[in-house]
Order: sequence, then structure tokens, then C-alpha cells
Amino acid sequence: MGDLYIGLVLVPMTIGALAAVSCALLGNFLVLRKQSLMGDAVSHVVLPGIVVAFILTGSISVGPMLLGAAAAALISALLIELVRNLGKVEPGAAMGVVFTALFALGVVLLEQSNTREVHFDVEHALYGNLESLVWLSGMDAGSLFNRAALADLPPQLGRLVLALAAVLIFLVVFWRPLVVSTFDPVFAQAAGVPVRFIGAALISLVAIVAVTAFEAVGAIITIAMLICPAAAARLMTNRLIPQLLWSVLFALLSAVVGFWAAGSGMALIGSGFSVSAAGMIAAVSGAILAVCAFAAPQRRGAVN
Amino acid sequence: MIDIAAFINALTFSAGYNTAIVAVGAILLGWAGGTVGTYLLLRQRSLVSDALSHATLPGVGIAFLLMAWFGGSGRFLPGLLLGAAISAMIGLAGVEWLTRRTRLNSDAAIGAVLSSFFGLGVVLLTIIQSLGIGRQAGIGSFLLGSTSGMLRNEAYTLAALALFVAFLVFVFRRPLTLVCFDETFARTSGIDIRRTDLLLMFLVMAVTVTGLRIVGLILVVALLIIPPVAARFWTEKTNTMIVVSGLVGAASGFIGTALSASVPNFPAGPVIVLVAAVLFVLSLLLAPARGVFYGLYRARAFSRKVHRRQGLLAILRGEAIYDKDTIRVLKSEKLIRGDGTPTRAGLDAAETAAREEALWTIYLRNNPDAAYRAARMRLDPIADRLTASEIAELERQFAGPSGVLPAQ
Repeated sequence: MGDLYIGLVLVPMTIGALAAVSCALLGNFLVLRKQSLMGDAVSHVVLPGIVVAFILTGSISVGPMLLGAAAAALISALLIELVRNLGKVEPGAAMGVVFTALFALGVVLLEQSNTREVHFDVEHALYGNLESLVWLSGMDAGSLFNRAALADLPPQLGRLVLALAAVLIFLVVFWRPLVVSTFDPVFAQAAGVPVRFIGAALISLVAIVAVTAFEAVGAIITIAMLICPAAAARLMTNRLIPQLLWSVLFALLSAVVGFWAAGSGMALIGSGFSVSAAGMIAAVSGAILAVCAFAAPQRRGAVN
Repeated sequence: MIDIAAFINALTFSAGYNTAIVAVGAILLGWAGGTVGTYLLLRQRSLVSDALSHATLPGVGIAFLLMAWFGGSGRFLPGLLLGAAISAMIGLAGVEWLTRRTRLNSDAAIGAVLSSFFGLGVVLLTIIQSLGIGRQAGIGSFLLGSTSGMLRNEAYTLAALALFVAFLVFVFRRPLTLVCFDETFARTSGIDIRRTDLLLMFLVMAVTVTGLRIVGLILVVALLIIPPVAARFWTEKTNTMIVVSGLVGAASGFIGTALSASVPNFPAGPVIVLVAAVLFVLSLLLAPARGVFYGLYRARAFSRKVHRRQGLLAILRGEAIYDKDTIRVLKSEKLIRGDGTPTRAGLDAAETAAREEALWTIYLRNNPDAAYRAARMRLDPIADRLTASEIAELERQFAGPSGVLPAQ
């Protein structure tokens, strides 16, 4: 184990894994509610939110950007509902209108403002830069107990721990209403469960997690992890809790294998390529889903 | 900011030969996208195009690598587009397969294909970058599109492709419309639904691939989604919607490329999408069929008529009116005075209202099927809604066998 292993590999890998697990847990409910593409939409509109926050505050500090992104996510959710109700079109089309329009706005604003100097561009927003979230003070296991070295950890790590904690708390506290309103919204409504509130809370949490994950690891991982692990887990079992556990396993597997394949794996097959870890993690999660779609026990579902 | 002279130049196709070719391509592309998108919306499959467009990226990467491998420039546009088309078809097959053969819904299938293909594409892009075979500018522009710095050959290729797609759409518009409008009728008229759906997907793929270089793969779906949703507000008829949507798309392509050519740092792709979005918002607010303002106006007019009618009936019965809105409506038409007592005109109108209510009641008894329509119609003067002979018949029934109208 090299000296820099913890700082250069374990820390970014952990950040990727935290983002993956938070997204995957929520993704289960999106898949069951046929709202998978909400994650896609939210991840697109984060861009204009961040750009507007940058234009307003003139800084790239994290606080305003997270706020801007969260606000954009919320506005987009409202706009989608509005377009859906006014236009009486399918939710997918309403979503498509809103997220492409807002994303286009974000790109144009970005091009118009002088953000070029502060290293911020669309590609960075898409791919994130997982490889750069290293912990240079993390030379050896000893630094795990060294206060000064710990203060040097990438701040994204702490934020993602908080996000994961928020997801877990949400699941524990709202478990029963969430499950009931997911599987049988009509019954839930009749039984007095605040179905709309639960739905809104779920989407808000998806937005928060997507924004936090987006800032750390980029849009690709966020979208892939909101959908692929949960979809693969759905093919493994008919029961919810095992499905959540499978999705966490798949998310961890994607993050670890993807990160490894992008770095060491490439070196192993003797190529000097440096490859986007975010892209690799997304591709691995897709491969896991493909395997499940071919071979998972419950791939056909209970009906057919 | 905006250079008006340059903008007018661009609008009149005189801002340079390349720009003009690109503009023509964008117009054709916008028209084809709007038209194909309408079919897609009516088949409720709009977001399949999102999976399709993201799935083009690995194909572009592989085509680039292959062409560079064989000593080509790697940036050869037809080759890249062919790669894009092949990998888009694989992605589409993936979506179809996941939806058909597993329990996953189409939204999860779309999202999964979209994100994993895109991830794979990004991996390939980073490989290309680290290979350092240069000229990645051509590749990067597939993400967000760009028209500046486009070679003349590329502009020709895109315009020709757009023309080809527009031609296909025009040729196949009848079976497509039939399938979207009435699947059962289409089947009984001998149209193969499955083959028509495949054709539709091929057209979507063609629009997407053509749009990649101009609008970029993240936003090209907007060309297929925004125009038809905008057109939805203008009409309830499929054929009209197809035409309106094509026009919205073409206008977006035209105005978007012109703006992009005349304003610095205005990338063509996002600007075309923004123009489409503006047209969408205008449609949502102003369109006569389903627009917000017209809807509000209609709701207000209806509520006014209800207040007027109820107020007049109350006058006739000699009841006091308490509802503020009713009083306001009656006063504004000088049917009651400030103290709430009816004017001469008010009494006349009240008698007319009572007579029409009575006639409408008979009409409803005769035509129970018309109840839904009559609920709105009966607030208008009866002579505007029924023919003179219909009214005469209602009056005959109202008077009864004696032939004398009862006193009011």
C-alpha cells in the first residue's frame, strides 16, 4: 500500500461512493414511482442555478452556488407541474421542455458572463472532477488521527456525509408514508397520508442530494446513480428492503470498480490513458444493469 | 450587445456564405424536428429522444478513434455522424429491450441508457484527449454544438442531411399521422403499426444526428420536444398541430442562427433552444385555443354571464341581491341603481332572462344529451344559439295547447 494511497485513491473513491449511495437510495423510490427522469431533469437545471448564483455574487464560493442550484431545482419542479397542467401534455414532454430550456439558458449565461477565468465550464459541470478531490495531507494511516491533516480533507466529503445522513433520516422518519404512497397512492390518500407532501419532500431531497453530488462529482454520476443501481436492484427482488440493499451494493460496486478502472485499471492494461472516472462509474453502473437485465431472478416481474 | 445590422444581415442570408448555408440547414432541421416531434409527442414517447441523443456520444468517440487509427483526420463529419447513428440505434434497441423484456418502465430504461451511454462516451472522449491526436475541438462541439468555425463541407453535409430528413417527413406524413391519431383505424386501413413506429424512430434518430453538430447532443431533444408542446396550445387538430410545430421549429432555427451570428458569445445551439422556449412561453400565454390569457378571459366572461343571469332572476322574484360581484355586474350594465332597485332596462332584461330560462328548460327536457353544451349556451341570448324555428317550437310547447303564453 503506497503512502499516497489513502489521499489519492481512498478519499476520492469514498466521495464517489457516498454520492453514489445517497443517489441510489432515493433512486429506488423514483424508479418505483416512474419518476426516474426527475433526477435527469434536476441535474440539468442545476447549471443555470449555479451560473445565476455566480453572476449575482461574483464568487465561486460553495454556499451561494448550492443555494442557487437548489432554487433552480425547485423552480424547475414547479415549472414542470405548470407546463403539465396548462398544456395537458405527458409529464415527460413537460419535463423535456423545462430542462432543455433552463439548461440552454444556463449555457448562454455562462458564455455571456466572464466565467472563463475562474475555471468553470459546462464540461466541468458534466464530468465533475472526481480525480482532483484528493487529500494531499493523507500520507499514511497516521494522518487519519491527525487533526491538522484532517482539516485538509476535501470539503465535499463532509457535505456528502451530511447528504447521506439526510437521506437516511428521511427514509427512517417517513418510511411508512413514503412506502404506502409509493405503492398505492390512492389508498394512501384515503388513509390520510399526506401524499402530495411526501412526493414534494422526496423530489426536494433528490434535488438537494443531486446538487451536493453534482458539485462534488458532476452530473453524469448523479444521473446514473439515481437510476441504474435502483433499476438493477428492482430486477433482483420483489421486496423493498432487499431492493434498497441491492441498490446500495450496486452503487458501491459501480463507484469502486469504476474509479479503479479509470485509474489503476488503465495502467494495468499497459495504457497511459487518463480516463474520466465519472464517465467510467456511470458506464460500470450501466453494465451492472445490463447483466441484471439478462440474468437477474426477478427481471420479468411477478406478473409475466 | 446585439448588432442590429449584423442581425438583419443574418436574417437576409447575407452574413456570409457559410452562415447562410448553416441557417438554411437550421431552418430545415427545425422544421423536421418540430414535425417529427409532434408524432413523438402524440405517441407519448418524447423523452425516448433524450436517450437517443445521449447514446450518440460513444459512436462519435469510436468513429473518431477508428478514423484516426486508419490515418484519417478523425474529424471527418459524415464518418462521425455514421458512428453517432449506429450507437444511437444500439441505445434505442437497449431502451426497447429493457422496456419489453424486463419489468422496468420506460422512464427507468431511458434514464439508464442515457446515463450509461453518456458515461461511456465521456470515457472515450477522455481517451481521445489523452491520446493527444488533437483537433478535439470538432469532438467537443458535439456536446453543445457550434456553428462558428464550421467548415464549408460540414455546412453542406448538414444542410443536405436536414433536407433529406425534411423530405422523408414530407413523404411519410400520412401513415405517421394516421398511426398517431387513431391507431385502430390505421391498423384497419392496412398500415403496419410496428413498421411505422420504427420509421418514426428512424426519423427521430436522423433529426438527432443531424442536429448534433449544430445544437449539441444535450440540447438536440429540445428541437423535438419544445415546438410540438408549443403547438399544442394553438390547436386541437392533429394536422394543424403538425404544421404549427414545424413552423415553430423552423422559426427557432432561423432566428437562433441569426442571433448567434450577430451577437458575440451567443452559441447557436443553446440560442436556438432559447428562441424555441420563448416561442413556447408566448404560445402558452397568448394562443387562442388553450393559452393562459385567453382561458382567463373566457373564465371571466363566463362568470360575468352567470352573475348577470342570477341577478336578473333575483330581480324578477323580487329578492334582494347580496353578492358583491353580482351587484357590480348589474350596476355596470345599468340594470340596477345605486340603491339596488332595478331600472326599467333591468326589469325588461329580467323578463327576457326568465323567459329564456324557461325555454332552455324545455330545450333540455327535449334534448337531454345536450346538457353539457347547454350549461354554457343557456347564458347567451337564445336567439344567438338556436334557430328561429327551434325557438318557435319551444315557445309553442311553453304556451301549451291553449296557444297563449302564460303571464310573466
